Amino acid sequence: MKFLEYLKYLLIGMAFGFVLVKSEVVSWFRIQEMFRFDSIHMYGIIGLAIVVGIISIQIIKRNNIKDTKGNPITIPPKDSTQVKRYIIGGSLFGLGWALLGACPGPMFALLGSGLTVMIIPILSAAAGTYVYGMLRDSLPH
Amino acid sequence: MDILFQPMPWYVAGPIIGLTVPLLLIMGGKMFGVSANLRHACAACNFGNIAFFNYDWKEAGWWNLTFLAGSIIGGFLGGYVFANPEPIDLAASTIADLQALGIQDFAGLVPADLISWAALGTPTGLIVLVLGGFMVGFGARYAGGCTSGHAISGLSDLQLASLIAVIGFFIGGLIMTYFIYPLIL
Repeated sequence: MKFLEYLKYLLIGMAFGFVLVKSEVVSWFRIQEMFRFDSIHMYGIIGLAIVVGIISIQIIKRNNIKDTKGNPITIPPKDSTQVKRYIIGGSLFGLGWALLGACPGPMFALLGSGLTVMIIPILSAAAGTYVYGMLRDSLPH
Repeated sequence: MDILFQPMPWYVAGPIIGLTVPLLLIMGGKMFGVSANLRHACAACNFGNIAFFNYDWKEAGWWNLTFLAGSIIGGFLGGYVFANPEPIDLAASTIADLQALGIQDFAGLVPADLISWAALGTPTGLIVLVLGGFMVGFGARYAGGCTSGHAISGLSDLQLASLIAVIGFFIGGLIMTYFIYPLIL
């Protein structure tokens, strides 16, 4: 039974969604405040998350820490030669992020918080993903 | 127990979110990222037989979809069961800017003027919810990741690609905030 295998992902996801809402990362207002550079709130959260992430990954890499199944932890490097996709795709994402005031994680956490209208942007985001898949070969990468 | 009903300060939330990265790596060798779930959802119902969605989505994504289900439950606990009682303590300058643009309702996590079933019936609300969502989904996959995959995971691994993507996120975000939102609100 894989129940326990997946239970851990469910629990980590629950903690993630809980923190996103309680710290107001999911708020359209907080995203507006961030892009106006009016508060440390979002920068502090993202910045500290990255600091903790960097330290953790360095510890994992330097000590060759294995995962709980005993497999070596490998992180596939991202292709940094595809600059166009990161700038163009990233900018389109940023337009949507500021417009909707939510990125993918918060869309789902907001839905869970009772904001049922978030099902609309979630379906739109899935449609956007699908259209990207359709157009992928003709887009600059 | 009172603390569960209070807003979580940024200096507490940031490190906890950062811990998601090593937890997923150590618990299952998984790299943290949310928007890949949208691809898995497309792969699960790949009607057009598009090559980009032809992969074993269960093998690749079942763990992540489970994580996503958890984040919905976490959102329910954080935003419904233990909801923050007061309006968000926003910077006064942001409130003034948004009021000047016509945002009136500052209660809750999002402005009901833009993000609600009622707003879906207005041109601006429709643009925010439908076009905003579409660009988030399209852009995330085009860029190969979203805020979690690039800004948190990728930068944690010191990936140049993610730094470029995050610069892209801010180019788009600043254009929307300063040039497009004033036109549509």
